Amino acid sequence: VTAEVSRVLASVAEAERLKIVATLIRLTGDWELAEDCFQDAVARALTSWPKRGIPDNPAAWLTTVSKNLVIDAHRRASTEQKAATRLAHEIEIDAEGGDDMDALTVDDALDDDRLRLIFTCCHPALAMESRVALTLRTVMGLSVAETAHVFLATEQAMQKRLVRTRAKIRDAGIPYRVPPAELLPERTSGVLAVLYLLFTEGYSSGSGAELVRAPLAEEAIRLTRLMVTLMEDSPQLPEVLGLLALELFQQSRSGTRLDDAGDLVLLEDQDRSLWDHAAIAEGVAVLDLAESARQRLDGVVGSYQLQAQIAAQHATAATAATTDFTRIAELYGRLTRVSPSPVVDLNRAVAVALAEGPDAGLALLDALDADARLAGYHLLPATRADLLRRGGRFAEALPHYRRALELAPSDPERRFLQRRIDEVQTL
Amino acid sequence: MEYLLFIVSDPAAPTYIPEEDNIEEWSADLERRGVSRVGNRLRPPSDATTVTVRDGQTILTDGPFADTKEWIAGFDLIEVGNLDEALEIASKHPMARFGRVEVRPVWPFE
Repeated sequence: VTAEVSRVLASVAEAERLKIVATLIRLTGDWELAEDCFQDAVARALTSWPKRGIPDNPAAWLTTVSKNLVIDAHRRASTEQKAATRLAHEIEIDAEGGDDMDALTVDDALDDDRLRLIFTCCHPALAMESRVALTLRTVMGLSVAETAHVFLATEQAMQKRLVRTRAKIRDAGIPYRVPPAELLPERTSGVLAVLYLLFTEGYSSGSGAELVRAPLAEEAIRLTRLMVTLMEDSPQLPEVLGLLALELFQQSRSGTRLDDAGDLVLLEDQDRSLWDHAAIAEGVAVLDLAESARQRLDGVVGSYQLQAQIAAQHATAATAATTDFTRIAELYGRLTRVSPSPVVDLNRAVAVALAEGPDAGLALLDALDADARLAGYHLLPATRADLLRRGGRFAEALPHYRRALELAPSDPERRFLQRRIDEVQTL
Repeated sequence: MEYLLFIVSDPAAPTYIPEEDNIEEWSADLERRGVSRVGNRLRPPSDATTVTVRDGQTILTDGPFADTKEWIAGFDLIEVGNLDEALEIASKHPMARFGRVEVRPVWPFE
């Protein structure tokens, strides 16, 4: 019986946590209390269910007990009895579905506490690191220790950051809501940026020895899927789908990015038969959905859709040599117009080099040398070195490989560059 | 909630173009919203006097408390529903384009 209880409880708690916590935050404005009361409710289930049996509706049980714990906590803390009674009343009305608490929500289709929570965690008035940390902790339900681990920070430092972030939300008056229509496009791209950062942190961690943090990437995909569901009826749907497709294409290669020794394997050298072809097929289907949603809404092709289209070209090419780099270069050209970035220009230079020859790419790199935003970015000298090497100019490539090695942030990347240096020195 | 908008000069910002200064329009918008408490320009830092009392001694210093190239050129106290509203109002202030606007929530005594 106990094994059955823990199995049911674990799955219900995972499925319901976000919904319950998000609603309690809306009702109380107290983020920590909401988390704590949910955890307490789970603990109570663990002692109560084995004795009294698993309730018919375990999700409803957890919700009710969590809400009661919140009311109890308010009764204990509140010197004014009225405040607790009012909260209890509000929770009751809310449960009956007759609430009118958020008159600011413009679109009923987006009336969802989980979505309110996600948009609030990703509010642009918070520092990017704080947005990511709070999303990991409150939306994804990671422990403080796990969240700290993602940032390579101490648990104490992470706890401080989370407390400070929640304090700013409360004290600066950041509203707990899905933004109104006029702010929605901008704020949605803000949320997607946080999700993609979570994904890339999981997919290729920026620093240290561990290059692939698989569980985090999977969690990011799970959250992106939730965003697709929650934003199904919004004009932002094509971009949310675009991000999901992009993540699926990248994730399909997660098993082949590193060899057994933990060294980086370039896209062109990867064994394509080992790619996750189910993920690629889903990515293609999701990208099609994004395109038909975009046409229905008569919108422009956004940056995540463009990035996903580029990833799709790579993911569906039979070999590296038959990849359509002309098309990829064209997509990068469109991407740089939609969201200008020197990194996009750098990638475009590579695609142009592979489509038209190294010299065409090198000419584009010259223009990027002056860009201060790329100063200290290891992939700029690494790209130049690679294009020179492809053109057979080994001696010229060497100093750029060395410069890239100095700047590279992770061990596998440093090992890769060292191997290249050794190679071109013998040529 | 009350927010104080600090209108701040920024030497790195685009050059001030008087024709593009729509401060009257901005003030009228605040009037229409009914959110303005008080606001004004400030005389330059060269007209400032800083007061410090140490060990019972009052020390007066000519100039602002911090010698920086950025200085507070004006202020507006507004009362709005939440930060998003305050940020929207701040973003429409002409000095958001020719300088910066810092939005600070007022911390009332309970």
